[in-house]
Formats: sequence, structure tokens, C-alpha cells
Amino acid sequence: MVPKKPKIAVFKFASCDGCQLSLLDAEDELLLVAGAVEIANFLEASRRVVKGPYDIGLVEGSITTPHDVERVREIRKECRVLITIGACATAGGIQALRNWKDVKEFTRIVYASPEYISTLDRSMPVGSYVHVDFELRGCPINKYQLLEVLNAFLNNRKPTIPTYSVCMECKLKGTVCVMVAGGTPCLGPATQAGCGALCPSYARGCYGCFGPMENPNTSALSRHFTELGESNLDIMLAFRGFNAYAEAFRKESDAHE
Amino acid sequence: MNSRVIRVDQLARVEGEGSLVVKINEGKVTDVKFRIYEPPRFFEAFLRGRKFTEAPDITARICGICPVAYQMSSVMAMEDVIGMNLEGPLRELRRLLYCGEWIESHVLHIYMLHAPDFLGYQDALMLAKDMPDVVTRALKMKKIGNDIVNVVGGREIHPINVKVGGFYRLPRKDELLPLVERLKWGLDQAIETARLVASFNFPDFEVPYEFVSLRHETEYPMMGGRIVTSSGLDISIRDYEFYFEERHVPHSNALHALERGHGRYLVGPLARFNLNYDRLSPLTRQLAEDVKLAPVVKNPFRSIIVRAIETAYAYEEALRIIASYEVPEAPAVAVVPSAGIGCGASEAPRGMLYHRYRIADDGLIRDAKIVPPTAQNQPTIEEDVRLFVTKFVDMPREELTWKCEQTVRNYDPCISCATHFVTLEFT
Repeated sequence: MVPKKPKIAVFKFASCDGCQLSLLDAEDELLLVAGAVEIANFLEASRRVVKGPYDIGLVEGSITTPHDVERVREIRKECRVLITIGACATAGGIQALRNWKDVKEFTRIVYASPEYISTLDRSMPVGSYVHVDFELRGCPINKYQLLEVLNAFLNNRKPTIPTYSVCMECKLKGTVCVMVAGGTPCLGPATQAGCGALCPSYARGCYGCFGPMENPNTSALSRHFTELGESNLDIMLAFRGFNAYAEAFRKESDAHE
Repeated sequence: MNSRVIRVDQLARVEGEGSLVVKINEGKVTDVKFRIYEPPRFFEAFLRGRKFTEAPDITARICGICPVAYQMSSVMAMEDVIGMNLEGPLRELRRLLYCGEWIESHVLHIYMLHAPDFLGYQDALMLAKDMPDVVTRALKMKKIGNDIVNVVGGREIHPINVKVGGFYRLPRKDELLPLVERLKWGLDQAIETARLVASFNFPDFEVPYEFVSLRHETEYPMMGGRIVTSSGLDISIRDYEFYFEERHVPHSNALHALERGHGRYLVGPLARFNLNYDRLSPLTRQLAEDVKLAPVVKNPFRSIIVRAIETAYAYEEALRIIASYEVPEAPAVAVVPSAGIGCGASEAPRGMLYHRYRIADDGLIRDAKIVPPTAQNQPTIEEDVRLFVTKFVDMPREELTWKCEQTVRNYDPCISCATHFVTLEFT
């Protein structure tokens, strides 16, 4: 008898669709993955929906409406393993910038009839409402890291995802430090690796897509930014980006407000 | 009796979250709602107070499928604030990047999202079981688009190399040249694709659309130019808001865009093709002739053929740009901010994308407006569904439901975009 293939489902909340698109962008691996698992629920790709429970649920997007709070709780019950993918799901995403503002005011700016809009005051990571088995960072995620995480869970092992800083990746690549050599402010020393130190290799400073590394020294980095001539506003905006609501970045941006 | 409701609670093979409800009574369609329930993300609101240089990176996050479109419209709008009109090799490089996005997005839609409807499959993965060669070819074609975006932009989703004034780093010739052979292969495959999709069965269905697209003096439109319509409007991008408006309706988190004095309109491949047929290359015009597609195409199901022709165009255009590429002297022109308003528009794969910003002397954004293509198409999508169901009301329920979904998918709607954007200022 052929063993049953593990069932995988993909769910989306407030997001740009980019992280789940990473799965379709894994052109060389997609058909292999599709052969190894049953893609039971992936609306972006298929109108066929197989009912749960699922072995693995991949969740993209942040939680921003009362309905989504209920939905994510239901999804949690359906999934043996729940993995969040991307900055929206792991930190609230860029839309978490509303967390510092009055969301009613925001609604009025965008919509002519705010009474039609149902939304929560804050954009929050999935993990603030339900237990999450693994958080895969990035804005967007790195598709090879996604394949690694899937592979690891399918084989009951721990995913190998580094939690060190982008600086390590620059050193491994042999990229000259844009901050030391060029005086360009760079979030790399406080940001988790995962992108392959992309921005420094394109002659610009890291802007923090993968969120804070493990135990980042953000205040030392801010002091260095000040020495480079950055204003408090510059520093606040730098930390208040795609992972603005991740704790270490949130505190550092607040300190410069 | 005879009261029916067609309901698709979660539309599949579209980008983002939407649903469709069609109410039929005594053989007549009484209501159509293409509902966008994707939660709002308030981009226009939180752009206020951000640096003008951040707009391309922030607005890219509106859409993971067409981030380049957001980056292009936003940098052009910011450059417009200071009256700068980037020309020459840096603009060519931007166009190359855009070709990559068109290829990646169009091939994704043609093969992964749209073709399964015509061939009767739930999705491309099931299609792959019966026609592995077709799907493998599609993935290879798509990857070439992604690789262009990778090389020029740094990565395929949310590229990091686009900046106001140009780029952070210029690609070397030896980074672009390896793409050439693959682009030639891709061009051949796109021609094959056009022939394949032209052989599909199309419902007998035409709609008297008002088409709206950009039009450039010499090029098939991607970035800039003027805004033209099939009813004869020909305006500068800066006048967009004077001729077009947005309305907020209760059933959608996306605003509906309307042409003043005209109503609903269509943006996207059909509009571009019909209004810019003379701007296609000789090769792609010949291809259109070969597959018997001539303007004015009014059958929205045939948009899949136009996407294939535009894909061929994008491969050809990428080849042209790479062949004449010489590394420019500097990666970017310096942009010193000054207070003012700037507008930019480009042709996202799904249609025209308009941005307007007001910035202050300190370079911070005071006000932002973004009108994505799907918000513009939303009223037209609903009308298509109404017309389609009215015409084919006797079709078996299951089939009619599927066809209604397909009617929505004709637009390759990007619901994530539409919601996040919907713009409006309040006074």
C-alpha cells in the first residue's frame, strides 16, 4: 500500500501574497514538492479544496480584523503543525505601522465611508493569538528557507535556519561593509540573516526585512547611526519598517520618537 | 420559484481574497457582487510622514505579484515632483526590469491560473499530471522572467535595487548576457503559447467596453506616456484625477474607480492591445495576425491570448535592451527633494497603476494616493458577470458557477492590490 501523502494547506490573512507566491516561484522544485505532499488547500493555485485536518498549515499575513481572529483559531485546530511565513505573519508586517496611530483616523484617510470597514486597532502576528510551531521570517521569505522548513517538518527534524545577523552573511560572501567602508547606515548588525545579505551586495544598507536577530544590540547600532549623522527621525523610521512591531525594533524606534 | 443564487465564497486562482454572489430571479440577474473582503492595510495613511525615498520599497509591499509596477509608478511620481523625466539607459534598465515582471506574472496567469479553466482542470498541478511537458515549459518560461528581476532588481519578490533617480547598483554586462539564449528560447515558447491558447474554446461573449491605458510616443506602453481611452480621451497622467474618480461601496474593501461622465472602464492587456496595437513590434503584430486576433478584441476570455502576445513582446523587448546595454556612468541621478506634487503611472501586468504624492521640503510624504488596476476593473468585472449570466442563464449550475469564476479570472484580479490601496483623501 502506498503511504498517504502529508496534507499541506496554505492560508492567507492581511498580506501582499508574496510569501505564498514564493512556493510558486520555486520553479525548479514545485513539481517535486507537489509530488511529495498533497497540496490540500492553496487557493491562490487551485479551486480544489480538501477538508482538514492538515499535517502542515502555512500561514501568511497578519491578523487585523475580528473575523480573522476567529478564523486563525479555527485554522489552528485543523493543523497538526502551524508554520507562519513572512514578516506580516511573524511580526504584523508593514501594516503594523497603524499600531502607533488611531485606526479610525486611518480609515477616514483611505475610505470615504469608514462605517463599511471592520478592522482591529492593531495589526498583530499570528503568534499573538494562537500557538505557532515555527516562524519563518522575511519580507518576503527566502524560498529555499521555506523548502528547508517544509523538509524538516516532513522528516520530524528541527529546521536549520540561522538566527545570526546579516553581517555574517556579508562576511561569508566577502562583501565589503557598506557602513564601515562607505558610511551608509545599515540595519545588518541587528537583523537576522536569511536574504543572503542582498542589500549590501547592491551597495545599499540593509533595511531589516528579516526582523531582529537573536539578542540584537539595537541601541549600540543607533549610537553608531548618530555618529554617521543620522537624526532621531531617521533612526526611528529605520527601525519602524517591515518588522516594526517585532519587539526589539519596536522598542528601539520608540526610543527615538 | 426559479430563484437561484450562485455563490463562490472564496475565489481561487486569484491573488488575494474575494468572493462572488450572483442572484437570479425568473431567469433574470437581479444582483452581482464581486466582494473584496481582503482586510484593508491602509498604505496611503501610513505613507504619510515617511521619506520620499522609501516609497518604492514600501509600496512594493502592496503586491507580491507585481512589486515592480509599484516601484516604477512610485519612483516616476517622486521624480515628477521635481520635474525630472528619467530617460536614456537608466530608463531602459527599468523597462528591462518591468519586462521581467510582465513575463513572470503573465506566464503565471496564463498557465497556472487561467489555462486550467479552459482545459477543465482544478489547477496546474493536476494539469501537470496529464501534460507534464506543458507545465514544465511554463515553469521554465516564468523562471526567466524571475531571473531578469533577480539580476536587475536583486530578488524576484520585492526587489531591493530600485531607487528614486535610478538604481543602487548597475548590472554588469556579464550578468545580463547569460540571459540572452534563454530569452530567445522563451520568445519561441511564448509564440507557441499564443498558438496554444488561441486554440482554446472561447464562449461567444463580447462586451462594449471603454478601454483605458497608457500610450507612449513610440513604445508599447509600460512606463509613462499619456492616458488614452477608446472613447477618445487623451490626457496627461497629471490630469488623471480630474477625469476619473473613486467611490466607496459597502460590499468591498476596494474603492470602485469610474471615468467621470462615462462610468465603468477596463484596464489591462485587452485595453493595452486595443489602444496600442500599432506600438507592438512587427514580430508580435504578425503573431497576432497568425492567431487571428485583431483590435478591437471585446471578448474578455480572449485576454489569455493577449497575455501570450504581450509575453512574447516582453521577451523580445528584453533581448533588445540587453543587446544595446552599455553600463551607464552612474547608477542614479541625484534627487534633491523640494515641496510639490508628483504623479506617476505605469502598466502593471493587470493594467494601469496610478500614484500621486505630495511631499514637503523636508522630503517627507504628506499625502499619497494609489489607484491599482483591480480597483479600476472591479465595476467592469461585476458587469461582465451580470452580462454573462444573463446570456447563459440556462447553463447547468455547476458549469455556470465555474464560468462565473472564470469571468473574474479573465482579469487576473489582484485583490491584495485593490484593497490595500484604495485611496481617497478626505477633506
